[in-house]
Amino acid sequence: MAKIPGLVKGLGVTFGTMVRTITKGANTVQYPHEKEVPPIRSRGVIALHQDNCTSCMLCSRSCPDWCIYIEAHKDLAPPRREGGKVRQVNKLDRFDIDYALCMYCGICVEVCPFDALFWSPEYEYSEPNIADLLHDKSKLSEWMETVPEAPALEVGADKKKK
Amino acid sequence: MMQSLFLVVVPYWGQSLLRVLGGLVAVLLPAGTIVYLFLFKMMSFMQSRLGPMEAGPYGSLQLVAEVGKWMQKEDIVPQRADKFIFKIAPVVVLVSTFLLVVVVPFGPDAYFTNFDTGVFYALAVSSISVLGILMAGWASANKYSLLGGLRAAGQLIAYELPMVLAVMGVVIQAGTMNMQQIVVSQNSGSMFGFSGLGNPFVLTQFVGFIVFMISIQAELTQAPFDMPIAESELVSGYMTEYSGFRFLIFFIGEFATAGVFAMIASVLFLGGWGVPFAWFGWTSTDDVANWMNLVGPLIIFTKMMLVVFIIMWVRFSYPRFREDQLQRFAWKILIPVSLANIMVTAVLKVAL
Amino acid sequence: MTMTSDRLGDRQKLSYIAGQAADARVNLELETEGMTLNIGPQHPATHGTLRIIARLDGEQVVWAEPSCGYMHRGYEKLTEVRTYPQVTTLVNRIDWLGSFANEVPFILAAEKLMGVEAPSRAQWIRTILFELSRIANVSLFLGDLGVQLGAITPVFLAFRDREYVLNLIESATGGRFHPNFDRIGGLKDDLPAGFIDETKAVMKKLRNFCDEIEALLFGNEIFQSRTRGIGIIPRDVALQYGLSGANLRASGVDWDLRRDQDNAMAWNKINFKVWTHPDGDSFARCWVRLQETREATLIVDQLLDGIPSGPVMAKVPKIIKVPEGEAWVSTENPLGEMGYYVVSRGDLGPFRVKIRSASFNNISITPWLLRGVYVPDIITILASLYFILGDIDR
Repeated sequence: MAKIPGLVKGLGVTFGTMVRTITKGANTVQYPHEKEVPPIRSRGVIALHQDNCTSCMLCSRSCPDWCIYIEAHKDLAPPRREGGKVRQVNKLDRFDIDYALCMYCGICVEVCPFDALFWSPEYEYSEPNIADLLHDKSKLSEWMETVPEAPALEVGADKKKK
Repeated sequence: MMQSLFLVVVPYWGQSLLRVLGGLVAVLLPAGTIVYLFLFKMMSFMQSRLGPMEAGPYGSLQLVAEVGKWMQKEDIVPQRADKFIFKIAPVVVLVSTFLLVVVVPFGPDAYFTNFDTGVFYALAVSSISVLGILMAGWASANKYSLLGGLRAAGQLIAYELPMVLAVMGVVIQAGTMNMQQIVVSQNSGSMFGFSGLGNPFVLTQFVGFIVFMISIQAELTQAPFDMPIAESELVSGYMTEYSGFRFLIFFIGEFATAGVFAMIASVLFLGGWGVPFAWFGWTSTDDVANWMNLVGPLIIFTKMMLVVFIIMWVRFSYPRFREDQLQRFAWKILIPVSLANIMVTAVLKVAL
Repeated sequence: MTMTSDRLGDRQKLSYIAGQAADARVNLELETEGMTLNIGPQHPATHGTLRIIARLDGEQVVWAEPSCGYMHRGYEKLTEVRTYPQVTTLVNRIDWLGSFANEVPFILAAEKLMGVEAPSRAQWIRTILFELSRIANVSLFLGDLGVQLGAITPVFLAFRDREYVLNLIESATGGRFHPNFDRIGGLKDDLPAGFIDETKAVMKKLRNFCDEIEALLFGNEIFQSRTRGIGIIPRDVALQYGLSGANLRASGVDWDLRRDQDNAMAWNKINFKVWTHPDGDSFARCWVRLQETREATLIVDQLLDGIPSGPVMAKVPKIIKVPEGEAWVSTENPLGEMGYYVVSRGDLGPFRVKIRSASFNNISITPWLLRGVYVPDIITILASLYFILGDIDR
């Protein structure tokens, strides 16, 4: 049987792709009419759980871009039980993340010792004004509602300690 | 004549106006359809994507959007360019398309002119676009455009010859250079006594058909012969410096020329506007019913779409030739093959 | 201009001089003798902002030189003032197509200085992600190769099938292009459930893609006539110029760091074939990369079958201070051999990092290679050498 010349085989590939696209549809997701769901771990936006934050500044120091701005003041809180000492706590004044600078690396989420920062796969927060990309602590707390549960791990993985 | 086409007598100025409108429709309607169907949709499907879907249902109005976009762009003329030649170069390229469609018959009585040397005229006029491309390349003061223009000139001149020689086989077999007569002889002819399919020259002249298709591909500077517009090297070749309306003329001109060349290919090889006369019992042009004047354009449109499908299919599938490989292909392979085709045709025409 | 007698008549002399003058005028206008062509830095053909200055004689190149540095981002200076996790983030962006592959040699160098070895599960998963980024990188090359040569269809097929690989990387690491997943001592996290089955299905799709590209592009006679015999690099010249990766293997040198080196990765635990080609022309380089992509899918399949269970992170302190010392680690990245020379003074961050990127050395051969080729062949040769600007300029 004679070998089919490569030129003809190439035509066959494009024709086959065309037929496949017409009958089975393309991989195209027609945004914004249809939206793809990103994977659970997808790094979309960082959410802040304010109650856990003690303004230890670890995230702000470890950010490669220095895009986290934290201001806090010391305050006195009532003692935990009767007759105890008055405690000194840090009250968060300002916690801004500048998403115009953020590299989405995740170092801040990783180093936080108090589990105050979480990743959320939300990605539709682009603004026409670049100054609006500075999310303050109320906006960051709003993102907490979109934080998903951590996915189950593959077989053979160690059980997570947390 | 076209006068018999109408039920009333139309004065000469009316006829000329209708001819102008008809010419515009005959060139621009296929261009628009080709751009949408093949460039937007078929290319997308071959690349496993959907193409434009937003403008109109399934993106059918995308061409309107594109035309609007190009027309509102700034008309930039480079400072060191030769202004007059720069400005008229796109028009020269488009003029050759309009001149070419004049000689294509659309029905037994629906044609613009009926030259006895229609084929000769068509081949001659199709070479005017070479001038336009050279003018565009040279007048834009840009080394890239110059390179593109020079490559284009060499390529287009080289591929004129195989085109002419391929058509010669058809002319020998039909015995006439009149386009209308070629159509009639194809549809009223018979193969080995069986007249059910007529005598489309694509079957007996298949070598000529293939050579002609390759030459059209080169004349239109489509891949694999698109060195002049080698996008990954010269941006757009001779079209680089054009913007706005002038670029639109080049763009539409490219697809309009594809449509018109396809019409000529379908007239010469596929039987033009007709269906085999044996289906209706006709024997010559006078017998053909009047409604064929309305159906004929549709038939030739369909055949043109088929030919353009093949041209575009090849365009989207193959990488491009290098300039010297291109020239070698034309001079060393295509011309000897088409010369052999002519010899065989002539011998068989006399013998059979 | 023929001379019919020994003594030139006045009229003949004058017309001869006029002819020469006309030629000189045309040459000046066209400048075809010694025309200097600037390819780039903004150009559809080069993978980024590379500028090639070529002096042409008609359509042939007389002299060519690449002028890089338009994308220099100062990586080595940046690493002097960053900590190790921050450097890992930055280093993703050197070769942005095969991004995980950039982190690995750096982390291996830091681990070498600390004397820490990642647990075996972490090593296997590192290797899987490394090969996945190789597939993502080289499948884009296969598509882009078509565009450089004029075939517009393969690139869309490449992007379509590359999406699957990027989705896999995103499901595991959280980022499609910049995973930032490697840590000193192991990995950041474990694989999500369902990763193994999904990856096997994707590898099958990629093998289909390789077959499609072979039928559409490599089997095409036009492609072969454009690439065979173009830009031949002989074996010893390749070794002299320090080429690496597929460029070296296509010149017949059997050189693969995955097999020859003993890094803390899982390559020495599986079988794979190293593809070489004796010709050394552009077709050989493209062909070797196609076969490497297929081989990478087979490697990933083997690795998925044998992942050991266990932890993914070794016992390292929370705040890592790498002890004093110097270490050099290089790996077989998708583009070639990439290496990091890390000098540490016991701080939170490195004192000095020297990045040996593959494309910088690969492109050093262009002045030698581009002499005497035609202008369209410049593009073919650059396409077959395959460089990423981020890798050249860092």
